[in-house]
Amino acid sequence: MNIFEELKYYFQFDFVKYAIVVGILISLCCAMLGVTLVLKRYSMIGDGLSHVAFGAMSVAMVLTIADMYVMLPVTIVVAILLIRLTNQGKVKNDSAIAMLSVGALAFGYLIVNIFSTSSNISGDVCTTLFGSTSILTLNNFDLWLCIILTIFVLGYFIFFHNKIFSVTFDEGFSKATGVKTAVYNNIMAMIIGVVIVLAMKLVGSLLISALIVFPALSAIRLFKSYKSVIIFASIISVINSIIGILVAILWGTPVGSTIVIINIIAYFICWCVEVIIRETRKA
Amino acid sequence: MIECKGVTIGYPEKTICKNISFSIKKGEYVCIVGENGCGKSTLLKTVLGLHKPLKGKIAFEKSFNKSSIGYLPQQTEMQKDFPATVKEIVLSGFLGKKKWYVPFYTRQEKAKCNTIMTELGVAEFANKSFKELSGGQQQRVLLARALCSSDELLIMDEPTNNLDSKSIKLFYKLIAKLNKENGITILMVTHDLDKAIKDVTNVLYLKDELKFAGTRDAFCASEYAKLFGVEEE
Repeated sequence: MNIFEELKYYFQFDFVKYAIVVGILISLCCAMLGVTLVLKRYSMIGDGLSHVAFGAMSVAMVLTIADMYVMLPVTIVVAILLIRLTNQGKVKNDSAIAMLSVGALAFGYLIVNIFSTSSNISGDVCTTLFGSTSILTLNNFDLWLCIILTIFVLGYFIFFHNKIFSVTFDEGFSKATGVKTAVYNNIMAMIIGVVIVLAMKLVGSLLISALIVFPALSAIRLFKSYKSVIIFASIISVINSIIGILVAILWGTPVGSTIVIINIIAYFICWCVEVIIRETRKA
Repeated sequence: MIECKGVTIGYPEKTICKNISFSIKKGEYVCIVGENGCGKSTLLKTVLGLHKPLKGKIAFEKSFNKSSIGYLPQQTEMQKDFPATVKEIVLSGFLGKKKWYVPFYTRQEKAKCNTIMTELGVAEFANKSFKELSGGQQQRVLLARALCSSDELLIMDEPTNNLDSKSIKLFYKLIAKLNKENGITILMVTHDLDKAIKDVTNVLYLKDELKFAGTRDAFCASEYAKLFGVEEE
């Protein structure tokens, strides 16, 4: 069987189609959010929150309730608190975030080990941390929740892109001239929480940062305007995820790490293109 | 236009400057001076409502609304590598006035933005990247953004920091023109009062408290003038 026939074979299955759809939606959200987080120097906050989401997921596993019900509220609340403390200058350095993230990881693993009824603890934990195949095993509830949440997030980013730009570029100016920056910051914190929980399905909690950071950094290398950075980051993120999922299906590699590696390769390609453009301009 | 009564500024654990009372009338060009750390920038942020005063009250004229303040803040580290075109930045000056549910800029706003950019000599960079401009050009871009948000009041925080002397001269010339010809009220924190002094109308001098508030001529005749190299000939 050649690759195309093989792909055709796999696309007969609903779970493969779902995986692609959800993958595209999640990577779009991650890319748009990523631009703001990278520019605001909040990348580490995203990383810390993904570990908090892991902690919350462990609690859900132990209580044997649907993970979304625990992860969403916990991650959103922590995100709002963290962003607020950072903006007030109360969390001055990365160490607070480092404490939070390792704390949540340790807590999560500990309670799963002590209380879990599962016979395959390390397998479960590995799935949550690295995503492995969870994108291919989405149930209907996850699927629709993913679709609805991503549509809200994308709608917000598109409708308010000018305001998000202004608050990101210069919060002091925006606030002084009457933009309600606190509202936008809180919505952004909520979105960070939502996107991280969703992205956990795709790449697992340890790898989320890659999905958020790499498309934005790739785009910033090549483009000068805010709008073009957002658009390019979204496009490259979607392409990377599709390639990643297809490669994972064809060669049986873990979805999360495959997507991340594709993102890293894309970043280096963008870097090379940037260098080439710069050198040719000089010449 | 602005009335400041018995204001104390600082942080709960540390008072920076107290007994600040002054008023600013329409059309004035007011400079706040003082040493580093005396609270000049904090006073400005308090006037802007970004910072709460520990004591006292700052009131704006009733007819004045907050979205018609033009603010030129100090540049942050983050902005140095922010991907944004000049046009995107200047247009964002309109956002404070816009209703939250209007996602795009109107044709009138775009036209006004072009007029202001031409007036400040930054129209030729409209589609260029902000981070690639020189310090003087960047400040004029941020000034253009401030003018989009207000044609009444401009509040500036050390606008000539990191500029070379030629750009400083050009910048102050521009400010004087906006003040005289367009009648814009100006409140500015500055390090180089001597370069702006000929166009300034009033001076505020802070050192632990408000030491001086009055007209330029009175300031130049006062004991503080020599600290800033603006004493009378």
